[in-house]
Amino acid sequence: MNGTRTASYVYAVTRPFDEDRLTGARGVGGAPVRLVVQDGLAAAVSAVPLDEFDEDALAERLEDRAWLEATARAHHAVVDAVARSAVAMPLRLSTLYRDDDRVRAVLRGNRERFGAVLTRLDGRVEWGVKVYADPDRAAARPTPDEPRAPAGVGAGRAYLNRRREQRHGREDAWRAAAELARRLDERLRELAEAGERHRPQDGRLSGASGENVLNAAYLVARGGDGERFLRAVREFGRDLAAGVRVELSGPWAPYSFAGGAAAGAPDPVGPGEPA
Amino acid sequence: MTGPVPWSDEVRAAGTYRSGTPANLADVLERVLDKGVVIAGDIQINLLDIELLTIKLRLLVASVDKAKEVGIDWWENEEALSSQARHKRITEENQRLRERVAELERGGAREPDGVGAERGGRE
Repeated sequence: MNGTRTASYVYAVTRPFDEDRLTGARGVGGAPVRLVVQDGLAAAVSAVPLDEFDEDALAERLEDRAWLEATARAHHAVVDAVARSAVAMPLRLSTLYRDDDRVRAVLRGNRERFGAVLTRLDGRVEWGVKVYADPDRAAARPTPDEPRAPAGVGAGRAYLNRRREQRHGREDAWRAAAELARRLDERLRELAEAGERHRPQDGRLSGASGENVLNAAYLVARGGDGERFLRAVREFGRDLAAGVRVELSGPWAPYSFAGGAAAGAPDPVGPGEPA
Repeated sequence: MTGPVPWSDEVRAAGTYRSGTPANLADVLERVLDKGVVIAGDIQINLLDIELLTIKLRLLVASVDKAKEVGIDWWENEEALSSQARHKRITEENQRLRERVAELERGGAREPDGVGAERGGRE
C-alpha cells in the first residue's frame, strides 16, 4: 500500500556512457531511466513500484495482455535507447532488484562474465529475417500464360483445370518458400557472425499473412559486413516465386546472442533456468 | 504509444522493405520474453510461467471463441495460485496447451483471419 516503496528494474547491462543520452528515455510505468555504474559496467535502471512487481502481482499481471504489451514495449524501448549509445546486453523482461546497491553487487559479482559478453557484442547488431509462404495468394494469382480453354471444351473441364492449377500453385509456394529459407539461412550464416532460428511466428499474433517458414536472427557487425548482409537479403528478396515473401526487421539490440538461452552460453547467474 | 524507433534511419532505410512500421509485437515479445540474458533478480518469476504465457498468447489471438470452446479462458478468471502449487499446475497445463495448439494448427483453425487483420491493422 505504501506507494513510495520501489524496486530497481534492470533493462540491460552496458558500458558506462554519458547519462544525458538517456534524457527523455522512459522505462516501465513511465519512470526516468538512469545508469548504475560499477567496475567499468553500467546497468540501465528505472524505479518501479514494488507493489506492482512483487512475485504474486507480477504473475498475475503477466497474463494481462495490455499490461504485458505496454511493459514489453517499454522494456524494449529502453534496451533500444541504450544500444544506440553503447554496446548493450539485453536482460529478460522483469529483472528486478530491491535497490541500486543490489544492482551494483550483481555488476561487481559478474564483472568478468558480463565484460566478456559486452566485448563479444560490441559493434554488432541483430537483424531479423523471415520467410513466409502465402499459398492462398499464389493460388489466387491468375496465370497469364495459361492458354484459354479452346471453344468447345466443357465448363466442367475448364473448372477442373483451374482447380488443378490452383493446387499446383499452392504446392509450389510451399516448396519454393522452404527451399528459399534453406538457401537464405545458409548464405546469411556465412555473412553473419552467428545465426539463430527462432520458433516460427503465428500470424494471429504477428498480424502477418501467410505461414512463417523461417524466423531467424543474425548477429552482424556494423559497417562493411552489415552492408554485405543487407545486400544479400535484398538480393534474395528479388524475383521471388509467387506466394513467397522475405521480411527483414532491425537493427535490434543483440537479444538473441547475449547468451540468454544459446547452447554454450555461460551459466545463468543463480537459479532461473528451467530444468 | 508508438513503437520503438530504429537506431539509425540510414541503416534501416538501406535494409527495410516496409519502412516506418513500429516493431511488430510478436518480434518484441519473443525477444524480451524468450531471449535476453537471465540473471537472478531479487524477485523471481519462473520461466515456466513465461513459456506458458507465450503459448497462451498464441491462443488468445487465435480466437476468443475458439479458446473458450477448448476451455481456455484464463484472461477472465485465472485464480490466484500459491507459487508452490503454480509450478506443478503450470507444467501440466503447458503439456495440455501444447496439445491444444497442435490440435488447432492441425485442424486448420484458420477462420479468424478477420481477427488477424483487425489486430495487425496493416497489410
